[in-house]
Amino acid sequence: MTQTSEGVNGLTSVPALLQRNAAEFGDKAAYREKELGIWQNWTWSEAADEIDALALGLLTLGVAEGDFIAIIGRNRPYLYWAMVAVQSVGAVPVPLYSDASADEMAYVLDHCGARFVIAADQEQVDKVTDVQGGLSQFEQMIYLDPRGLRKYDHANLHQFSKVQDAGRAALSELMPELNRRREALNYDSTCVMLYTSGTTGKPKGVVLSNRNIIETSRHSSEFDSLSAGEDILAYLPMAWVGDFIFSLGQAYWTGFCVNCPESVDTMMTDLREIGPTYYFAPPRVFETQLTTVMIRMEDASPMKKRMFDYFMAHAKKVGPAILDGETVSGLDKLKYKLGDLLVYGPLKNTLGFSRVRIGYTAGEAIGPEIFDFYRSLGINLKQLYGQTEASVFITQQPDGQVRSDTVGVPSPGVELKIAENGEVFYRSEGTFVEYYKNAESTADTKDPEGWVATGDAGFIEEGTGHLRIIDRAKDVANMSDGALFAPKYVENKLKFYPNILEAVVFGAGKDRCTAFINIDLTAVGNWAERNNIAYASYQELAGHPRVLETIQEHVETVNKSVAEDPMLSGCQIHRFLVLHKQLDADDGELTRTQKVRRKIIGEKFEDLVNALYNGSPEIYTETEVTYEDGRKGEISATLEIRDAAVVPVTASKIAAE
Amino acid sequence: MLDSTDSYVTEDGRTIGGVVMEMKNITLRFGGVVAIKDISFDIREGEIRAIIGPNGAGKSSMLNVISGFYVPQDGEVLFHGKPRPQMKPYEVAQQGIARTFQNIALFEGMTVLDNVMTGRLNKMNSGLLAQAIWRGKAEQEEIENREKAEKIIDFLEIQHIRKTPVARLPYGLKKRVELARALVSEPSILLLDEPMAGMNVEEKEDMSRFILDVNDEFGTTIALIEHDMGVVMDLSDRVVVMDYGKKIGDGTPSDIRNNQAVIDAYLGVAHD
Repeated sequence: MTQTSEGVNGLTSVPALLQRNAAEFGDKAAYREKELGIWQNWTWSEAADEIDALALGLLTLGVAEGDFIAIIGRNRPYLYWAMVAVQSVGAVPVPLYSDASADEMAYVLDHCGARFVIAADQEQVDKVTDVQGGLSQFEQMIYLDPRGLRKYDHANLHQFSKVQDAGRAALSELMPELNRRREALNYDSTCVMLYTSGTTGKPKGVVLSNRNIIETSRHSSEFDSLSAGEDILAYLPMAWVGDFIFSLGQAYWTGFCVNCPESVDTMMTDLREIGPTYYFAPPRVFETQLTTVMIRMEDASPMKKRMFDYFMAHAKKVGPAILDGETVSGLDKLKYKLGDLLVYGPLKNTLGFSRVRIGYTAGEAIGPEIFDFYRSLGINLKQLYGQTEASVFITQQPDGQVRSDTVGVPSPGVELKIAENGEVFYRSEGTFVEYYKNAESTADTKDPEGWVATGDAGFIEEGTGHLRIIDRAKDVANMSDGALFAPKYVENKLKFYPNILEAVVFGAGKDRCTAFINIDLTAVGNWAERNNIAYASYQELAGHPRVLETIQEHVETVNKSVAEDPMLSGCQIHRFLVLHKQLDADDGELTRTQKVRRKIIGEKFEDLVNALYNGSPEIYTETEVTYEDGRKGEISATLEIRDAAVVPVTASKIAAE
Repeated sequence: MLDSTDSYVTEDGRTIGGVVMEMKNITLRFGGVVAIKDISFDIREGEIRAIIGPNGAGKSSMLNVISGFYVPQDGEVLFHGKPRPQMKPYEVAQQGIARTFQNIALFEGMTVLDNVMTGRLNKMNSGLLAQAIWRGKAEQEEIENREKAEKIIDFLEIQHIRKTPVARLPYGLKKRVELARALVSEPSILLLDEPMAGMNVEEKEDMSRFILDVNDEFGTTIALIEHDMGVVMDLSDRVVVMDYGKKIGDGTPSDIRNNQAVIDAYLGVAHD
């Protein structure tokens, strides 16, 4: 591993970067948040003052070096300040998913032994209060929004602004201590601990050092030549490593501005108002936006619709080429310019993408149509591949080499190797220190030379050097006849249809593949409305014969496309059903980052899986569901199971492989 | 028995003050139909007071009497201890009484924000001309009122529909917008006519939380009519039960739950 000098210009911690930014970009906007309908602005020097006040306040409460402090809430400047304030006093911030249930929180708070919690509002305070009895190390809580909390017992509960006031009052007394602690931070001290969502088992605490975060931020900022002039919208969970890198690591490294939405529901409006220049979204967000656009175009006037169709067809033809700087005929260019004036420009403006210089998507495969749609509009959308253990970046696509089926070349400073079983390994300066209190897992994942197993199977494409991911290494299996089974590959093809929100394919060790399908309520609901199909519930719509017919068509088209790949032709779907409920993280079926938990779904809906294989035409099932407030209920349904046409696969083809 | 000026503290720590409004022997007739027959009860400062009863019991008429829209033929309404004269709707609003309606009465074509702003109308003093050219006092007033409106929008968590025309909103949200419009006038008494009617469980829970928060945060006295017994029993401090225009019960939710007359009215017994 290449050892760099200990930080550039002695900038070996996030608080050190903050002090540099306050000195260098003092008057430049660091944070914005919409409050009461007006965008509020904090410059870097104002942010530094707020952070210092909170850090001093934390000292008055008795925070010790090495303490873990949990931070729970949606993206707000105050909570980002809290993270840096916690770092400044030598403690370790542990951001948690704000939609996590009290039990999930209890596990994490207990595991890291958090002495303090900084919570956004009453909801989060209540959750922690519910479970604090079982937490031996928990001592005090700080809350941000006082609404509804006035009558709570304030013995161990403090308002954020009051803590800051206390800090300001103790300025002269405690400043030397704060400075001492800040200066004690170095490249190897812990920057943050993030809990992985855990597709399997309990979440693990990934310890990332200042080196991990700062080196990764430096490399990735240089890769895309990010500058202090960028604007980003911070709307993805603060507990997710990506948000930590984008909204904290890169923001502090380059000094750009982090904008926080007014509330979770106003994200789209805020996106349009801010017009970020650097934007990240998981494929799901891009899919949803495209679905919304298409639905709204269905209702547009015929003239507008024709204009949209005409110019979008043209954009599809030449848009990506223009974006990549390839030569395009003068007439095509002119037509694209006209299209930009009439369609692409206004559309990008509506979506909030007018200023996007670099956009990234990651986390899941993105549909080629969706990907091309955004690129043809002139939005420089690229893919990256990463994970928490790598401080995000493993591979990413350089400008001009963007395709929907690869995840790009190794990021600067990252080495890649592919193991014999196809699993991808990497090592870099972003590679995590350890899993907290879990030496066994650390050793399983990271070998003594620093190579980390990603758990994904893939290969490096010859010629281009781009990495292509096939599936989770442990999900890639064989079917009973020995054919390769890669569920994700098929699921992604299914999910590219707007009607299909989620798909789960089964077939490991079986003679043929089957699938669960989740419909997308927005898309299918709109279709139902336009076709005068009445429905009273999600369940009824999901079971409607005409919906099933449409889904069947999709499955059969996918089968044809799967059959074209000789290696994976065995993965065609023979039978499927449309689930009566939406897969949900609250029911444990998805992770908090919305990834399918295959094994749990297989066990929970065992009766349905059996029905898919035993040939029954329909099955009655009862399922337990968890409501948002944690109560449980039960729903029952009779599901129809359909057979899908498959393209015959000749045995010789498999043998030839 | 509490005196009309006594105050007490509830189990959940709220202070309930003295009587702010008293209905004394109210009788309301429409021609030969007696809608309300000789009913007396009071509303205390800071409490959540529910009026319940089967269909046609006279609940909405009662609320209209409280709001001053109907004038009873017999009996009188005492507001802060003084008999209340017949008033125009804007005069009622000026007294600090706001209400929502059973069948939503919003301006459908206007945005949520504009609808909420209408709740501030009687707090605006600048003249027509000043408002038209938007100078001086008018501008300052608009900013102040907008801030008040935004605070309520934030409070009721409807920021995402701020600029959406009301006609495009689902029912549950419209109800919330109506509550916002009532709240923005900073009422001391808030009258809610079936705030949960036609809502699903989740919407009812949201609305209940907002009603409790309003009472807790602003100290607003709330009188509400509601069908859903579960909601009423959870929310209110005291309940008046009406049946066929008569009061058949008055007391805390637990009193009402054990009141035989109420049980009969709800479960049905043969009327002789």
